[in-house]
Amino acid sequence: MHIVVCIKQVPSSIAVKIDPATQALTCTGSEFLINPFDEHALEAALALKDSAGAKVTVLTVGSAQAADALRETLGRGADAAQLISDPAFAGCDAWATSKILATAIQQLGGVDLVLCGKQTFDGDTAQVGPGLAEFLGWSCVAFVRKITLEGATLQLERMFEEGYEKIALPLPAVLTVGKEINTPRMASLKGRMAAKKAQLAPVTAAALGLAPEAIGAQSARTRLAKMAPVPRKTGGIKVDGADAAAAAKLVVEKLREMKLV
Amino acid sequence: MIDKASCSGVWIFAEQRNGALQGVTFELLAKGRELADKRGAKLAAVLFGQGLKDQCADLFAHGADVVYYADAPALATFNSDAYTTQLAALVQQYKPEILLGGSTIAVRSFFPRVAVRVDTGLASDCVGLDVDAAGVLQAVRPAYAGNVLATIVCPEHRPQMASVRAAAFKKGAPTSGRTGELVEVPAAVGEVRIQILETVRDASNQVSLADADVIVAGGRGIGGPAQFGFIQDLAAEFKGAVGASRAAVDAGWISAFHQVGQTGKTVKPKLYIACGISGAIQHLAGMGASDFIIAINKDAAAPIFDIADIGIVGDLFAIVPALTQALKSR
Repeated sequence: MHIVVCIKQVPSSIAVKIDPATQALTCTGSEFLINPFDEHALEAALALKDSAGAKVTVLTVGSAQAADALRETLGRGADAAQLISDPAFAGCDAWATSKILATAIQQLGGVDLVLCGKQTFDGDTAQVGPGLAEFLGWSCVAFVRKITLEGATLQLERMFEEGYEKIALPLPAVLTVGKEINTPRMASLKGRMAAKKAQLAPVTAAALGLAPEAIGAQSARTRLAKMAPVPRKTGGIKVDGADAAAAAKLVVEKLREMKLV
Repeated sequence: MIDKASCSGVWIFAEQRNGALQGVTFELLAKGRELADKRGAKLAAVLFGQGLKDQCADLFAHGADVVYYADAPALATFNSDAYTTQLAALVQQYKPEILLGGSTIAVRSFFPRVAVRVDTGLASDCVGLDVDAAGVLQAVRPAYAGNVLATIVCPEHRPQMASVRAAAFKKGAPTSGRTGELVEVPAAVGEVRIQILETVRDASNQVSLADADVIVAGGRGIGGPAQFGFIQDLAAEFKGAVGASRAAVDAGWISAFHQVGQTGKTVKPKLYIACGISGAIQHLAGMGASDFIIAINKDAAAPIFDIADIGIVGDLFAIVPALTQALKSR
């Protein structure tokens, strides 16, 4: 069995400022890591590898820096990794990212299962997993919290607002997972050392047979028209809580005034 | 690609679960009505299910001019394969200009598939919608951990699709006797590979944070699982829900179903009480839009105070029980 895991490298925390005069956006992230939900997708793939035997290949679309994230996945036990990187990909939206990943998966060939995190930490669209399934012509179950494999059929639990569903789905398929599914493992020291030596030459648009105009900003179905800062609250009051009873009384009075109690 | 010039009308996907129309459907109808009027176009609702023809009256009463209703066993409950094929077929046949759905798990599972299948763009998890004179949908969604509101457009492809957060728009009052055109469409679900074996409505996982008017949430400052009892007691006084920060969930003090924030749930209650939560940007992204925020924290410099309407600097183990007591004796 060949499992592909799609990951994204994201900033660990995001501080954004918009210059009121120029509308320019400055975005500072403290450090970069694997999108948290994608770590759970990787762990689900590695668990299937441990129990049923599988080859695990990790794909990412990103800048050269995303090689660090791929090395981390190799350290944890992934068998292969591909850094899909090309200046032509700049400005690609969820549609284009889905298409790039689906093309890479088709080129790999013989893939049975694709696992993604349910959404990314920064973009938050939750579109790429279901979108790439559609490009592949495969089924997709999103928001999965349990995966077992019986022969060539997946037995799944999918979350929804009021509980969960048990689902059977034959391979090949695309699944997206939430953090409920597992606890990601750490990379072993040996794995980390081996991952350092991995060759991660970027796979370009040309290598995937994608014309630059078919991908990236020009091809994007959606565009960013405008950015605005979120209006923040003003006029809040601060209360000294040294006298707990007095603070509580004040809060209850305010809540009563607002008809919240 | 659907020819842009041939498209007209605003559609909303009327999601039902267990035969009941979801609340966000009525919010979408209210906003959809406004957008359709601006465009001088019709508002249509799309309903999939089995034996739900009676529900169409409710959709008309809340503003729909047309209801496209597909009735089939395969559409009775949400199935990503069946719903994708059925909706994509309808879109290709009737060519709406705009297609909206609630930002529910079902819609977030199958709208991206529909978008790729009909070759158009989708804006996820929107909090604001408007349409300009040229018919371009302006879809506003939080970006960068909720720090920024980004306006997304899909200028060339149709329909312009968006999923919309619950409570982003207000539901309208029904007009009794208002009616419209019911179009019963033949089922066209294609090859369905997803087989739903069992639906488990699991009360223990039901932390209805999305629907709660009041949420009392605990963070790192709570210090341990037992102390969440204080939080539960206060939440109970409001008949509210218990929330948690990622720190409290990661520490194993409370299940991930309670997590509010960027990797948890996004909430917008009337009242949010943050106890021992410092206010990491990821947490603020999940609750910053709450109507009224009370923060209790011993650190006067905690960022949670920047967005709080009332910030109480002090010991939460004294203040939270005092607040519970004050509410009990009111």
